[in-house]
Amino acid sequence: MNLSESFLTALDSLIANKLRAALTMLGVIIGVAAVIALMSIGNGFSETITGEIQSFVTNLLTITTDGENSGGYLTLSNADIAALADSLNTPALADVSAMVTGNQEVVFSGNSSQTTVAGVTANYLAMNNLGEFQSGAGLTQQDLDIKARVAVLGSEAAPDLFETSYPVGQSVKINGVSYEVIGVLEESGSGFNNTDGNVFIPLTTAQSRLYSDRTRDGQKAVTIITAQAVSEEQTDAAIEQITETLRRQHDIIYAADDDFSIFSQSDLLETFDTITTTMTAFLGAIAGISLVVGGIGIMNIMLVSVTERTREIGIRKAVGALKRDILAQFLLESVFLSVLGGILGILLGWTISKVAGRLIDLNTVVSVSNVLLATGFASAVGLVFGIYPAWRAADLRPIEALRYE
Amino acid sequence: MIAMQNITKSYEMGTQVVHALRGLDLNIQEGEFVAIMGPSGSGKSTLMNIIGCLDAPNSGTYTLDGIDVSHMTDDEQARIRNRRVGFVFQQFNLLSRTSALKQVALPLMYAGYGRSERMSRAAAALEAVGLGDRMDHRPDELSGGQQQRVAIARALATNPSIILADEPTGNLDTQSGEEILQIFKTLHEEKGITLIMITHDPEIAAAAERTIWIRDGVIQEEHQS
Ligand SMILES: Nc1ncnc2c1ncn2[C@@H]1O[C@H](COP(=O)(O)OP(=O)(O)OP(=O)(O)O)[C@@H](O)[C@H]1O
Ligand SMILES: [Mg+2]
Repeated sequence: MNLSESFLTALDSLIANKLRAALTMLGVIIGVAAVIALMSIGNGFSETITGEIQSFVTNLLTITTDGENSGGYLTLSNADIAALADSLNTPALADVSAMVTGNQEVVFSGNSSQTTVAGVTANYLAMNNLGEFQSGAGLTQQDLDIKARVAVLGSEAAPDLFETSYPVGQSVKINGVSYEVIGVLEESGSGFNNTDGNVFIPLTTAQSRLYSDRTRDGQKAVTIITAQAVSEEQTDAAIEQITETLRRQHDIIYAADDDFSIFSQSDLLETFDTITTTMTAFLGAIAGISLVVGGIGIMNIMLVSVTERTREIGIRKAVGALKRDILAQFLLESVFLSVLGGILGILLGWTISKVAGRLIDLNTVVSVSNVLLATGFASAVGLVFGIYPAWRAADLRPIEALRYE
Repeated sequence: MIAMQNITKSYEMGTQVVHALRGLDLNIQEGEFVAIMGPSGSGKSTLMNIIGCLDAPNSGTYTLDGIDVSHMTDDEQARIRNRRVGFVFQQFNLLSRTSALKQVALPLMYAGYGRSERMSRAAAALEAVGLGDRMDHRPDELSGGQQQRVAIARALATNPSIILADEPTGNLDTQSGEEILQIFKTLHEEKGITLIMITHDPEIAAAAERTIWIRDGVIQEEHQS
């Protein structure tokens, strides 16, 4: 019997046993689709997060209070800002900015919104990638010097309060006091750590009107200091100088731990790398389980039908089929189911990945290696268990195959 | 045409050995109609399966048309089953979910006939057993008697010289049994096919030209009618 006859026989047999064929194929489809969909979502997450972190300024350092060694106080103060800004202390730093934040109710003629109101130094916005304005302008050193009651709105804060009217020149009330809106920021475009809903006012104004936190020794406190190293290569030197300066500022004895923490962009990258790797591994594990479940599905169908198939082989041999006719038919059946199931699985997985991507607003990434892995595994299971009865029964005497229970 | 000497066949069941055939001799001429009778478990089916190359003996010689079958390869035996013998079983042994026409065409496919020739020959074989109007029916859409007729058509498809039937009417009512017997008789009389049939029914055996009695794996007596 030639190959095309074997192929037609295999096809005939699949058509005659549609349910069995469909269930087997379903196993392949589920396995392949699950792997592709889940892995592509995982990849999408990592790429999005990594992309966003890399869009940050790479030589930026973030200094915050170390919660464990602070005794409940904020540890960073205005004096620290000045000390860090002094290039005698920190030659590796180009610039230093600071922020104090909290939640406040912001009101404009009846519209009110609860949002983050940040007191910032004049250079803060520019240093943190927030230097673009839709309208108006940013805070100046003079605003800080005179504790001006002016505010810059994030791109989302503005429409919340003003709806359609033009914000610049209007005044908003924060904690019952009026501030003049002097500028509205462009969208920052960063999904992670999004500050578009924030309202920014001068640091000095915020410290005297909204946030009266003090350090342990009574200095006016800030929440975060951001420092920019002169170059990426100088980041490590900058960290050292900052540490030294702040320890001196805070009178920390040699044996004691820092009461502040310094994060560099690369620390953040590493942290998020760990998170995304963990998440991808987790999704991968789920995908792996789906693959196994799909495989077990295929196995079940095959093993359940082994009796029927062995008897079928007995009948075929009794009327003259050669061993190779049997093997060719079963091999082709399995190849056909695996290939078709694989293709449908890829299509389904791809569709799920795109639909899910749209629903959770994520650019999912279907990778070739995942597609190959999933289809390879599912097809292998399909093949092995498809050929299994033929491999067992083709060597039996016809009468043994006919009597198989 | 069939010559068997000192055929033995035993089955091992764990520690127990069942001797199904114990040195059996048998000769059957071309064109004979032979009935095989004997108590249950005496070895009738075992003998029949060896004649039809569905099973192999443990020892002894078996020649079919002068060819030593016992030393053939699996593929050569498959060819014998395909071209020279047609088998009809008590439990029909049809493929499930497959039309009568395709069942009958199956041996023709393994014999290497092209699609159109297969279909026309299979259709002719079905006509010959009176199932010309049931070609597209699957086994579960046919009565027992009709299924057995499909099996006979399948056995006839490649024009074998021997038909082996193991209790072909055993699962059928008297009426269908008689119809099946009639088909066999006609085949034998009109085509001169060699017919070997196992039966428990003396009336059916009476239709044969020779009856062989088997007991405990050997031939106990024979009589010519
Ligand atoms: N596959 C097998 N394994 C073990 N023992 C077997 C097997 N096939 C047949 N036997 C034994 O061989 C002996 C002969 O069996 P066989 O089927 O030839 O009997 P039989 O004459 O056809 O009986 P019946 O009239 O009931 O069909 C019996 O004792 C049976 O139990
Ligand atoms: Mg029997």
